[in-house]
Amino acid sequence: MNHQHDIVIVGSGLAGLRAAIELGVDTKTAVLSKVFATRSHSGAAQGGIGAALGNEEEDKWEWHMFDTIKGSDYLGDQDAIEILARDAPRAIYELEHMGVPFNRTKEGKIAQRAFGGHTREFGQAPVKRACYAATRTGRVILDTLWEKCLQRGIEFYDEFQMLSLIIEKGHCCGVVAYELATGELHVFHSKAVLVATGGAGKIFKTTSNAFASTGDGMAIAYRAGAPLEDMEFVQFHPTGIYKLGILISEAARGEGGILRNAQGDRFMERYAPVIKDLAPRDMISRCILQEIRAGQGIDGKDYVHLDLTHLGKEVIESKLAEITSFARTYAGVDPIKEPIPVQPTCHYMMGGIATDNEGRVIADEQRTPFPGLYAAGECACVSVHGANRLGCNALLDLLVFGRRAGREMRKYSHSIGFQSLPPNPAKADQDRIDALMQNHSGVSIPEIRSQMQEVMMDNVSVFREANGLEAALKEVMQLKQRYQQIGITDKGRCFNRDLLDAIELGHLLDLAEVITRGALLRQESRGAHTREDYPERDDERWLSHTMCRFTGDKEPDIFYKPVVITEHQPQERKY
Amino acid sequence: MRCTFIIHRYDPAADTEPRYQEYSVDAEPTDKILDCLNKIRWEQDPTLTYRYSCAHGICGSDALMINGRIELACQKLVRDFKTGYNFVIEPLPLFNVIKDLIVDLNPFFNKHRYVRPYLITDEDMPTTEWLQTRENQEFVEPALRCILCASCTSACPINRANGNYLGPAALLRSFRYIFDSRDTATGSRLAQMDSEDGVWGCRSMWWCTDVCPKEIPVTKCLAQIKRLIKQEAKK
Ligand SMILES: Cc1cc2nc3c(=O)[nH]c(=O)nc-3n(C[C@H](O)[C@H](O)[C@H](O)COP(=O)(O)OP(=O)(O)OC[C@H]3O[C@@H](n4cnc5c(N)ncnc54)[C@H](O)[C@@H]3O)c2cc1C
Ligand code: FES
Repeated sequence: MNHQHDIVIVGSGLAGLRAAIELGVDTKTAVLSKVFATRSHSGAAQGGIGAALGNEEEDKWEWHMFDTIKGSDYLGDQDAIEILARDAPRAIYELEHMGVPFNRTKEGKIAQRAFGGHTREFGQAPVKRACYAATRTGRVILDTLWEKCLQRGIEFYDEFQMLSLIIEKGHCCGVVAYELATGELHVFHSKAVLVATGGAGKIFKTTSNAFASTGDGMAIAYRAGAPLEDMEFVQFHPTGIYKLGILISEAARGEGGILRNAQGDRFMERYAPVIKDLAPRDMISRCILQEIRAGQGIDGKDYVHLDLTHLGKEVIESKLAEITSFARTYAGVDPIKEPIPVQPTCHYMMGGIATDNEGRVIADEQRTPFPGLYAAGECACVSVHGANRLGCNALLDLLVFGRRAGREMRKYSHSIGFQSLPPNPAKADQDRIDALMQNHSGVSIPEIRSQMQEVMMDNVSVFREANGLEAALKEVMQLKQRYQQIGITDKGRCFNRDLLDAIELGHLLDLAEVITRGALLRQESRGAHTREDYPERDDERWLSHTMCRFTGDKEPDIFYKPVVITEHQPQERKY
Repeated sequence: MRCTFIIHRYDPAADTEPRYQEYSVDAEPTDKILDCLNKIRWEQDPTLTYRYSCAHGICGSDALMINGRIELACQKLVRDFKTGYNFVIEPLPLFNVIKDLIVDLNPFFNKHRYVRPYLITDEDMPTTEWLQTRENQEFVEPALRCILCASCTSACPINRANGNYLGPAALLRSFRYIFDSRDTATGSRLAQMDSEDGVWGCRSMWWCTDVCPKEIPVTKCLAQIKRLIKQEAKK
C-alpha cells in the first residue's frame, strides 16, 4: 500500500512526538512506531529532566552548560550544549503548559531535586536542577505529548516497523514499513523523514533498555549512507538491579542514597570527595567495578549495595515510588529496610546518527546536510552528551532538539515539492523477507544474539583494552557471517515476531561492529570510553568526534570531525 | 525447576478455533513469566506470539491472564504462584483475539480518545509555570500511574455487559483532567461522564482496582467523579 505525507516521523518516543507537535496542522504528518505509541521506551525514564529554573535554590543556565561540557569530558559540542542549557527552562514551562503533572514545591512551583554531575557555581556543590514527577517522569511526559498529538489530529501508524529509508538521487523521500498485524509492506512517500527510533541497549547482555531498543534507525540510516558519530561512547548506568539490569534511578542518590561496598564503606567519598555519590555515571560505574576487583563486592560477588534505609519510609514511598516497587518485585528487597544489590547496566548511547543543531543529518565532516533526512533523540548525535551524558539531559535533548528538528522540517517541507520515488521502492525489502522465509538453515537467531551480547558485555563495556576489543571485533564479524544464513520458522504474516527478531538482530550486529571499531581506534580514555591500555585522556590526538560510514562489503570508512569549543577549554575532570 | 505452560494459541490463517498448547520449560523461581514465554519462543517455538517491550511493568504491553487472573507477564515471577509450577496463559478477556495472546485494543484506545485526554484551558498562559498546589497534584497522582495496559477495562464485568460503557481506564483518565486545577473544561467533562455509558455505569464492583498492576485505587477515583457530579447538581 502507498501513502503520501509531507513528513514521516519514525518513532513515537518523546523526540518523535515533540517534533510532530511542532509540525502543526499545516503539515501533513505521519508517525510510525513499531510498538504502540505509549509503549515507547521514553516512558521508562524515571528520575527527571534538567533545567536551571532555580525553583528550589539559585541556579543558572551557564552552570548547567558548564556541567554538561565537563560531564561530556569535553567531547560535547559547546554551541549545541549552550542551546540545550539556555532553552531548557522554556522547554519545561512548555511541558507544564501542555499539562505535564510535575511534582510541586510548597509554593506550587515545579519541584526540583539533585542529580549526578549537576552543580552550582561551576562544580562547587550539588544543585537541585531535575524537574520530576515522582519516578515516573518519562511516563507522564510521554502520555501528555501523545495526548497532545491526538488533540492535534496527527496520524499514527502504530505497530508499523520501518525496514528501510527510500533514497533517490541523494534525497531521502520516504520509508518502507512492515505492518505487524498483516505482514504487508507499506511505502510512505514524503518530503522528509525524521528518524527518532531511540537506543540500542540490546547489544549488551545487561541493560536497562527495552526489548524494542534495537537501534533500528541508526543501523538503517547507516546503511543508507548517513555517518554514525561517537558510537564507542556507551553509557553504563551504575545502578541496575543485580543480574536484571532494571534501572534504579539516580534520583535515589539525588534524594540521599549511598553506595556501599562489602565493608559497608561509602566508597565514593574516596573517588569524588566533593560530590561523592552524585558523581557522573561513567565515574561511578568504574568505581563500582574497581571496588569489585579489589574484592569489595558484596559476598565476593560482582555487585555493591545502594543504601536508602536512612531516608525513611515517607521519602522512599513518595519520591521514589516506582523504583521501590521494582526493588520489591524483582530483587525481593524492601529498600526501606535493606540495601538494594546493584551493578552497572548498559543504559544509553551517547553516539548516533550525526546531525547539526537543527536535526539535519550531516553527510560529512563539513556538515553538509543529507537532503530530506533528519534525526533526533537517542538515535541522533548532535552532540550534546559527548563522551558521557549527565542524568536528566536525555529527556531535555529529546524535547529541545526534537522541537528544532520539527521546526526545520516544517520549513523545508513548505519550500519544496515531492521528490519522485524510485520504481518499486519496496522490492529489496520484499526480496529479503522472501529469502528469510524460504531459508531453513539451523542457524539460530537467539544463539547469535546472545553470543553477541556476551562478548560485547565482556570486552566492550566499562573497561576496554586492545586484545579484548580485537577479539570482540573478530567474533562480531564471524557472527555477521553466520547471520547471513539464518532462517525463519514462523511462516505466517500476522504478528511474525520471528521475522522481526531476525531483522533487528542484523541492526544490532551492525552497531556492535561500529562500536567496537571506534573503541579499538580511540587510544585514550575519555568519559565512558575507558581504555586500560591508554588510561589518560589525550586531547592532542583525540579531541574529535569519530565518524563511521558504511561502505558495502568493504570495511567501514572511519574519519574524524572537530569538536566545537566556544567558552570552556578542556581541563582535568575532577569531582 | 521444570514448569508446565499451557498456552492459548490461535493463528487466524490456520485455526478455525483457538487451541491450547503445552510446553515444558526450565525456570528459576525468580524468573518472570515473561522470561518463561521468551524461553519457550527462543528455544522451542518461534511462532508463539505476544506483545512485550520494557520487561519491568512500565510500558503496559503484556497484560494477559495467568491462571485465570489478569497480570502483567513481566511483573509476576514464577515464585509468586502456588500452583505447582503449572501455568495457564491466556489473552486478556473482553477484546477480540488477533493471534495467540495478542488482542485488538482499538476499541480501548477509541474510548480513551473520546474522553478528550488532554488539558483544556481558556486561561492565558503564564510566562513561567502555572502554580498548582501540592495537594492538587497529589490528588490526581494515582491516575498518573496508569500505563494503559487495559487490565482494568478487560476485567470489568459491566464492560462485558455493555459494550458502550467507557470503562475504568478511560474514566480514570477523565478523573485525571477533571480534578487537575489547571483544566477549565470541568463542566463539559462532567456532562460527558453523567450517563450510564459514563461514570454511572460503574457499580463499584472493585474488579478494576483488584487487577490494576500499578495498584491504582480506580474505583475510588471514579467515586470522586460521581460525588462531584452530585455536588454540582445541587448547586
Ligand atoms: C530505564 C531508563 C530510565 C531513564 N531515565 C531518564 C531520566 O530520568 N532522565 C533522562 O533525561 N533520561 C532518562 N533516560 C534516557 C531517556 O529516557 C531515553 O534516552 C529517551 O527516552 C529516548 O527517547 P527517544 O524518543 O529517542 O526514543 P524511545 O522513547 O526509545 O522511542 C523509540 C521509538 O522508536 C520506535 N521505533 C524504533 N525502531 C523502529 C522501527 N524500526 N520502526 C518504527 N518505529 C521504531 C519505537 O517504537 C519507539 O516509539 C532513561 C532511560 C532508561 C532506559
Ligand atoms: S513488557 Fe512493559 S509492561 Fe510488561
